Amino acid sequence: MSSLSKRHKIELIAVGVIAVFFIVIFPLLNAHGAVSNFTINLWGKYLCYALLAISVDLLWGYTGLLSLGQALFFSLGGYMMGMYLMRMIGDLGQYKKPIPDFLVFLGWTDLPKFWVPFSSFPFASAMVLLVPGLLALVFGFLAFRSRVKGVYFSILTQALTYGASLMFFRNDMLMGGNNGFTDFKFILGYDLRDASTQRGLFIATALVLLVVYVALRLLSHTKFGLVQRAIRDGENRVLFSGYATAHFKLFIFIVAALIAAVAGALYVPQVGIINPSEMTPDKSLEAVVWCAVGGRATLVGPIIGAIGVNSLKSWASRAAPDYWLVILGGLFVIVVLLLPGGIVSIPARLKALWQRFKKKPAEPEPTSSGDSSASIPPASESKPSA
Amino acid sequence: MNNKYMLTVEDVSKTYDGFKAITDLNFYLFEGELRTVIGPNGAGKSTFFDLITGRAKPDKGKIEFGMDTDLTTMNEYEINRLGIGRKFQTPSVFTEHTVYNNIVLSLAGSRGVFASIFKRLSSTERDRIDELLKLVRLDGKRDWKAGMLAHGEKQWLEIGMLLAQEPKILLVDEPAAGMTDEETHRTGELLVSLAGKHSIVVIEHDMTFVKQIARDGQVTVLHQGSVLCEGKFDVVQSNPKVREVYLGRGKSGGK
Repeated sequence: MSSLSKRHKIELIAVGVIAVFFIVIFPLLNAHGAVSNFTINLWGKYLCYALLAISVDLLWGYTGLLSLGQALFFSLGGYMMGMYLMRMIGDLGQYKKPIPDFLVFLGWTDLPKFWVPFSSFPFASAMVLLVPGLLALVFGFLAFRSRVKGVYFSILTQALTYGASLMFFRNDMLMGGNNGFTDFKFILGYDLRDASTQRGLFIATALVLLVVYVALRLLSHTKFGLVQRAIRDGENRVLFSGYATAHFKLFIFIVAALIAAVAGALYVPQVGIINPSEMTPDKSLEAVVWCAVGGRATLVGPIIGAIGVNSLKSWASRAAPDYWLVILGGLFVIVVLLLPGGIVSIPARLKALWQRFKKKPAEPEPTSSGDSSASIPPASESKPSA
Repeated sequence: MNNKYMLTVEDVSKTYDGFKAITDLNFYLFEGELRTVIGPNGAGKSTFFDLITGRAKPDKGKIEFGMDTDLTTMNEYEINRLGIGRKFQTPSVFTEHTVYNNIVLSLAGSRGVFASIFKRLSSTERDRIDELLKLVRLDGKRDWKAGMLAHGEKQWLEIGMLLAQEPKILLVDEPAAGMTDEETHRTGELLVSLAGKHSIVVIEHDMTFVKQIARDGQVTVLHQGSVLCEGKFDVVQSNPKVREVYLGRGKSGGK
């Protein structure tokens, strides 16, 4: 609602520079051999995780809804894309049959009906949005209408995710069961093993991330963004101000599900596999940790968190494979206890420290009116005594 | 004062797990009236507001807005949209938003999801916000986060938010709690000046304050969930039953 402040200009420039780097320079370096194919593939994966983390933050950081169902929407998007990729294998599978190998293994000779339209990329892309979107609509409608809140909402979303993963583990679901989908060959006629195809997917992921970032940044400055954060800080007042909070929450829940689904659809062709273990609640929890580490209720935070924690994971899985979960847990505890604002709050903290060091006790700033979206809800509200 | 009812509450009862919070309550509010409701702790004052605003549903009885709008089947935001605004006992403002944005969110107008995405403030609306901020004396703190305000200022901000909704009925729960004597007096003046334009119900403990705002108006005394007596402040104050259940036990407020 305010005009472009200095802070926003800086942000705009920073985002622009980083975007140009990832969308243009990084792929160019890869094309000329300065960046390895492995690296670009790894970063493509990180950017998908960043999208997933943003979807968690949109709900948790901005609206106060801790959803543990984001891995489900991510996987559903991935599965829908995976079905298309499975069809593109054609008869190049192990069994040299025109249907996916796992179906041959299960004794099928013809394609099940619901698989047929997935030979079309536009259809599969539509399903990437429709299936998770409809699930979010139905689940969100029921949950928010019944005013399920706080930890109960988290538990319900976790149960939904767990239930879905059990379903996908079953062979008679005809979605690849335990093994899921893998051995993909082509996307839109391009060979997935080609470096140029992977580069294209990386660029697509970076572009989607940029669009999502800009769209959500704009959204956070509208009245909708105000209502969203107001629901987080005092839902009662919003309700008693005439807003149907359930409608707002449902809208955000669906948007977050769509972001996660697109992330999943971009993830699958880059990692080359999707199976039900991607759908489990602990995957959702990991995304929550990325968010917390980076800094929730900011848009940069989840991106930094997702990339940072996963880089650490890549390193740890080589250096100390047995200790990764310990490191992750420790990181979460440290952040919650010592750095509740996450990594993005470090500059402000250092600045405050520096000011205290420079002069005697600095005046506490009355407010950070410029960008209320970049602030963290207080852990406990202090109530002045009467 | 004309005799059109803004609010009709008839034979209303509400029980919570066997505890009778409200029993056969009758209450009528005229258009433009400023009514003060007093009563000892547990008299059912807050439950009374909960029932009107849709937070709780009555077990029996009739609650109507205006001449014939049944409130018992509506939920909180629908009732608010009719023009019934409520100020809570503990100030309830959006702590992480600026004072200015608190008013923006409260301004009368569309409350839809999509309308909120494309909403732009008109110059009339900006003027209205300025006017309201001056009225509640928070003009100089418009860019402060509401959470940084003093307790009394939060109370005023919430009153400002209520007025921004342009309600027909204002339900005000202990507006003077946590205020200095001077702030309390100013709050009283504000409420008195709003009477006539709005119909107002004020729940209060502080008898000096009640006397200030009640003036010649009606005071309703609640006791054990029903109306003990109703009348002018002096009459109520000298009523022996009232003295016994309420005033006799010490007039001081608190919770």
